[in-house]
Amino acid sequence: MQSPPRVAGQSIMNVDDKVMDLSKAIHRFVHDGDHVSIGGFTITRNPMALAYEIIRQGKKNLHVYVHSHGQAFDLLIGAGCTDAIELSYGGTARFSPGGGIRFKKAIEGGKIRFEDYTNFQMTLRFMAGSMGLPFMPIRSLRETDVFKKWGFDEKLRKKNARIPPKKMAMVDNPFARDGREEKIVLVPAINPDVTIIHVQQVDRQGTVRIKGLTYTDVEQAKAAKYLIVSCEELVDTEVIRENPDQNQIPFFMVDAVVLVPYGAHPTACYGYYDYDPLHFNLYKEMAPDDGTFRQYLDEYVFGVKSHEEYLEKIGKDRLSQIRADPRLGYRPGLDRR
Amino acid sequence: MPEYSLREMMILAAAREIRDEDIVFCGTGMSMIAAMAAKHINAPHSIIFFETGGIDSQLLELPFSVGDPRVMVGTSINAGLAESFGILQNPFTGPKVVGIFGAAQIDRYGNLNTTCIGDYWRPKARFPGCGGACDAASYAGRTIIFMQQEKRKFVERVDYLSTPGWILGPGGREEAGLPEGGPTMVITDMGVMRFDEESKEMYIHSTYPGIRPQQIQEQMEIEIDVSRAMEEKPPTEEELALLRERIDPQRLII
Repeated sequence: MQSPPRVAGQSIMNVDDKVMDLSKAIHRFVHDGDHVSIGGFTITRNPMALAYEIIRQGKKNLHVYVHSHGQAFDLLIGAGCTDAIELSYGGTARFSPGGGIRFKKAIEGGKIRFEDYTNFQMTLRFMAGSMGLPFMPIRSLRETDVFKKWGFDEKLRKKNARIPPKKMAMVDNPFARDGREEKIVLVPAINPDVTIIHVQQVDRQGTVRIKGLTYTDVEQAKAAKYLIVSCEELVDTEVIRENPDQNQIPFFMVDAVVLVPYGAHPTACYGYYDYDPLHFNLYKEMAPDDGTFRQYLDEYVFGVKSHEEYLEKIGKDRLSQIRADPRLGYRPGLDRR
Repeated sequence: MPEYSLREMMILAAAREIRDEDIVFCGTGMSMIAAMAAKHINAPHSIIFFETGGIDSQLLELPFSVGDPRVMVGTSINAGLAESFGILQNPFTGPKVVGIFGAAQIDRYGNLNTTCIGDYWRPKARFPGCGGACDAASYAGRTIIFMQQEKRKFVERVDYLSTPGWILGPGGREEAGLPEGGPTMVITDMGVMRFDEESKEMYIHSTYPGIRPQQIQEQMEIEIDVSRAMEEKPPTEEELALLRERIDPQRLII
């Protein structure tokens, strides 16, 4: 294969190799009390292997940011890794009617601090963070309780310098004319310590290629001080640079690259595998009760040393049942009941 | 008359409301199947898009979530949340959008709660949260809402206002800085409610065959106008066949 063009004398090969194993990546970049943002959306591309490893390493007091999140979010809450969450939606759609099982339980039991935003607001907050802006404006949502009710009170905001002094603000629109749109709502930026995402392809330097929808992964990735990317495939730099218009995150923003095939299981990864309805149904059965939830963790998280071992537990047959049709990106006709 | 379930009736009532020129913003569950039904039955040129960034999804199979890989196939573009909410907030495209979603509680002005029952900080029941519905209902040209017809779900005041409807009635949206638009239809398992042009209050527009308006009123805490109720046209054989054979053969939702 012909090499992609590059400036003479500059080799793209001499940049650090960021590939490391799961345990090292989490050990190095996720610490107790960190502010962590999680990529993916409800039942797709959740960074599950990374989340399992965070739980295995017993990280505590994480402050978690998501927009609409599902399985990784629910597990981190259930396993007691997080004491504060900022979110717009917690659930895995049909697999957790009424809301994410451990998420719901933690809030109803008064076990966790939480603050609600809309999906667009969370996206704009990550975007602001990714561009070094203190806030982003959004056309009015001021008559909602999303605007009026703060999850974190003023006292906590004062005490914790990482939480903005206000949830949001309404200001005069300096460009208003003829009495139209005189007010505008501002939402504060998010700059997490670390963002974790799972994607389809990365090279050893860290250039990221997401296939299918990107959700808010790119903004979340760029807003964070550190970025851990797990992937289905490690691709040669020459190959990923053949079609750079398909790449989303430049390599220098990435701190750790972890190769974990099926790293989003039981959530889906477009082009590689579908979600696993049987595993989601098992979780739905085991998650509501503290005892059986603990059994679930013991079996699928603490009881395995690596993601490979986890996949052995899930079984080759199951993984081949959910393998995606390459043209469609999912498994057509998969029994999803 | 063919036999049908109430879910099928609800889905078709929503589908019939979708026009050929609509851009449809879809929530999870019933909303998706209603949008798919409209595309197969009465609005083949309508465009289905999702907050996750799938624009003009072809939906060969019913997705489970708006993030499902099934929304990524055959799209015009695959993007992300910023793109989709941009389409909604954009003054040229937003008004063409019809939003469809469900809620746990609704008031007479179509304001919705998808967040919690009871106190926000220590709720009796917590739900997923507003997701993208609040944004969509703020900017879309019109919205269709799915509800279960239960007394405790049709209330004078929602416990948490997640998603704006007509706010406090006439002029409410304007005062809140929202563009025109607002809820036009509430579809339940007993009938269809709409909102009065003047007062912006909910009234019973139609009841499903065999249901009386008073029966719907009995399943609401709020008292609404029942005098204008007509009977909703039942599903046709063709509509049901499409729904059962083409759209949801695994009976995941119907």
